[in-house]
Amino acid sequence: MGRFSRSPWVIHYNGSSCNGCDIEVLACLTPLYDVERFGIINTGNPKHADILLVTGGINAQAAEVLKQIYEQMPNPKAVVAVGICAASGGIFADCYNMLGGADKAIPVDVYVPGCAARPEAIIDGVVKAANILDEKYAQFKQKKKRKRENTHEA
Amino acid sequence: MSLVVYLILVPLPAALLMLLIKNNTLRNIVVVATVAAVGTLAVLLTAGSFQQEPQYYLVSSAEVNILLFAIEILLTLYVIGVSVRGRKYLIAALSLVQAAALSWYELSGHHLTESLSHHFFVDRLSMIMVLIVAFVGGLIAVYAMSYMKHFHEHHKDVQDRRGMFFSVIFVFFSAMFGIVLSNDLVWIFLFWEITTVCSYLLIGYTKTKEAKRNAFTALLYNTIGGVFFAAGIIFFGMLLHVTELNDILKSDNGLLVIPALLISVAALTKSAQLPFSKWLLGAMVAPTPTSALLHSSTMVKAGVYIMLRVAPLLSGNMAGYFIVLVGGVTFLAASVMAISQNDAKKVLAYSTIANLGLIISCAGIGTYESLWAAVFLIIFHAVSKSLMFLTVGSVEGLMGSRDIEDMHGLIIKLPQMAILMTVGIAGMFLAPFGMLISKWAAMKAFLDSKNMIMLLLLVFGSAATLFYWTKWLGKIVAIRHLSERLDKKAPKCEMTAMVSLAIITVAACLLFPVVSQYMVEPLLTRMFGAAQTVISEGNQHIMLLLLGMILLLPVGLSLTRGSRLTTAYMGGINSGDNRHFTGAGGDMKRMYLANWYMERYFGEKKLFTAASLLATALLVFALIYLIGSTI
Amino acid sequence: MNWLFALIYVLSAPFLGGLIAGIDLKITARMQGRQGPPIVQPFYDVIKLLHKEVSVVNRAEMFLVVMFLLFMIATGVIFFSGGDLLLVIFALTLASIFLLTASYSTNSPYSNLGADRELLAMMAYEPMVLFTAMGFYMASKTFSVSGICASSLPAIVYLPGIFVGFVFILAFKFRKSPFDLSASHHAHQELVSGLNTEFSGPTLAIVEITHWYENVMLLGLVYLFFAWNSSVSPFLGLAACLLVYFLEILMDNSFARVRWKWALKTVWILTATVGFLNLVILSLIL
Repeated sequence: MGRFSRSPWVIHYNGSSCNGCDIEVLACLTPLYDVERFGIINTGNPKHADILLVTGGINAQAAEVLKQIYEQMPNPKAVVAVGICAASGGIFADCYNMLGGADKAIPVDVYVPGCAARPEAIIDGVVKAANILDEKYAQFKQKKKRKRENTHEA
Repeated sequence: MSLVVYLILVPLPAALLMLLIKNNTLRNIVVVATVAAVGTLAVLLTAGSFQQEPQYYLVSSAEVNILLFAIEILLTLYVIGVSVRGRKYLIAALSLVQAAALSWYELSGHHLTESLSHHFFVDRLSMIMVLIVAFVGGLIAVYAMSYMKHFHEHHKDVQDRRGMFFSVIFVFFSAMFGIVLSNDLVWIFLFWEITTVCSYLLIGYTKTKEAKRNAFTALLYNTIGGVFFAAGIIFFGMLLHVTELNDILKSDNGLLVIPALLISVAALTKSAQLPFSKWLLGAMVAPTPTSALLHSSTMVKAGVYIMLRVAPLLSGNMAGYFIVLVGGVTFLAASVMAISQNDAKKVLAYSTIANLGLIISCAGIGTYESLWAAVFLIIFHAVSKSLMFLTVGSVEGLMGSRDIEDMHGLIIKLPQMAILMTVGIAGMFLAPFGMLISKWAAMKAFLDSKNMIMLLLLVFGSAATLFYWTKWLGKIVAIRHLSERLDKKAPKCEMTAMVSLAIITVAACLLFPVVSQYMVEPLLTRMFGAAQTVISEGNQHIMLLLLGMILLLPVGLSLTRGSRLTTAYMGGINSGDNRHFTGAGGDMKRMYLANWYMERYFGEKKLFTAASLLATALLVFALIYLIGSTI
Repeated sequence: MNWLFALIYVLSAPFLGGLIAGIDLKITARMQGRQGPPIVQPFYDVIKLLHKEVSVVNRAEMFLVVMFLLFMIATGVIFFSGGDLLLVIFALTLASIFLLTASYSTNSPYSNLGADRELLAMMAYEPMVLFTAMGFYMASKTFSVSGICASSLPAIVYLPGIFVGFVFILAFKFRKSPFDLSASHHAHQELVSGLNTEFSGPTLAIVEITHWYENVMLLGLVYLFFAWNSSVSPFLGLAACLLVYFLEILMDNSFARVRWKWALKTVWILTATVGFLNLVILSLIL
């Protein structure tokens, strides 16, 4: 386990969900599932968060908000689309105002299927995203190193 | 001898010149020259009397007394004249009463002019006051030169009476030196009255309805104080044969408490303590240099100065205890009410009232530690508070508002002003700056004298002080994106004055051990016989270390160069500039961050009357107690 | 002055403070019927934060937060080297002002609100903190921490009322319910993250570490109530610290957060009654 996967802090954003997945996300915090075991905390603040949980499809209005929240998260960061709506728009996909899944607005790293997604699946998705954080950090480090070497050669 | 007289006399011809000179540049030259002269004289006086104090001076001439008496009568006639014309008959009556009483006292020979041995005396306390008046006052006068110019550019409707303004300021200097150097009680009273009239003239400077009304309020309260002062002097002279300030401590008559109490009531009015605070709040309509000079750093200090002189008579006495409580109640009430104000000058006025209250309490307790605290409060307060007033004045000149709400993001708009203001605010309440050092000593003094009620008032008042200063500080340090520096700069004279005061504020903290050793401790040692340590050397070093850490501030500001700038979190609907957000209908809405005033809980309306009644009750108790104990 | 203690404090407080925070998380989880994170979780969090990107709202905030840390360490150093208790309180206030300034400087609505509430909290607890110092002075005739430790009876004998009041206001300082108005930690959320809202990555890590320093110093103050010239003193003092911290956790989990008005009123009334009466009685008997 790396530095980031031991303490993945989460922010949860609801695009235009039916609240089914939202309730399941909250269920993860209850004593039954207790995600804090893995150091996962629902911070509710993009500045503190490492992982963005998106539920529901993304409509025109929500896209801007989602982009801003994503932008405000410090690197490295990962995005988990929770539920089928966040993945593709789900049953709302054909609505006049719907853009589709979260990936229409921001890059998504993990897709968690389900309608609604089960807590076990959500936790699994977050843990996967946590490992992606480590990878991203390693890539970032490597890039920086390469850049430094390049400048040295130059 | 001559130095003392020169100090009082030098500002007078300058004042006359100001009145006559119509050319502004020429007048400014006279202002600077006089300020320089007064500053030099003050330093010379201090240096000359440094080795041996107190030094006494006698002006052995009956004509001088007659001249002063004539001035007194003229002054009274003037006050009666303006108050009758303004239909303020109460002021006229009070003024008449005090003049009649004093004339009778003077003419019936009770003043005992012949037996008076010293008209002036200089000791460490006078020196400190002289230096404050000369330097802080001088800087304010320099500041006023450009401030008044801009004031009249902005306020075309106000008649330009700058000649009169500066003339009164310099008469005030003379009177202030008179108060702190005179030994003859009648003389002190005369100078005291002159400052009252100066204050009246300067408050009414703009001649607006509000200004006139507030000028009369100030006159009324100070005349009430004058009556008490006159009564105190007559009591001293007629029943106890004491005519000199220096002698009041030498006599051991039990009745001395009565005139001492009368004079301390006069001190309460001059220092705008509850229930007499109203006039100082109204006095804020005056141009800012006036507020800085008369209503925070010097004239109101005359009250606490006289209090310090008579305090030993009151200490340990029940009546004195009530005066201490009046100061304490004022400190708490004014501090709490300052929370509810958004007018910067009003906040400063309340803070001034509060700090004067603390000084009155410290003086009234009269132990070594408490007097140490009182003297340092006078010094630090004069410097920091005048700095605050001047920065507020300049900000008002540059931005057209002195509302604290409008100072939001000052650090970007006017960085120089914001930094000066931060120094002032830190000087008012933060460790390791000045006021806190004195508050520390005050706390110890209250503890050692087991004055539990004062401790209660002090801790809650300090908490409120922390609140209103910090929220002001928070307002000015807010860094707004895309906010730009205003293309305006405070004029040179103003900057000179403010930067000097800021440097003095910091230097006073660095040098306070020196000031304590050479100025305050000798004074107190003479009063108490032995020196005591108020703040130990080890703690002084730690304070200096903390100050050093703070001075590193500018160095560290370059710390986060390589970081990524992002927008503030606003629930994802930040419009991108941190000043607007997208409303529900897709429209841009302006974000407004207001300060917290808690008007419903700490408002003037709710507290002022109650606190005044409490203070009045305390004063009445003091009088009743005195009457009861002497009969 | 005992500089060894100060050195130990500077070196060990981050570990001790982090450990206390970890145990806190564990006990809280157990009280809520959860398993909870590993005890070293706070260290994981801070290490992660330190490795995150530095993203700030303005160029001053990081620096002001560093000043917060430095002055907090200075406060602790004064305390653990046996310095003057009043000076400790003043330095602590100064440190807190730096945090507030950092928070205000971000010009963010949530931070601003949090800073206002933190300031209110300071106004609420400041009288009690000052009374605590005064109580020690009256009981031991000195403000010096080393002097208090060398007294012949523990201060708690003289200061039961002050102690109660102090434990009460510690809830503000430890950011525990019912007084976690301005910022709460971990899964609690109120007005997003109060005055910490805009601090992210390394900045937040420094704030966290500073709180560890602060908490250890505050527990030192609790210890001081039980410190006297005896070999039993350290055991009793440490036991008291543990008990007090447990009480705070219990309070945190038993009460809901209160409104600011209620917080201010209760604490001020408690200070003016229990705290003040304690001092008055002391002044009469000593």
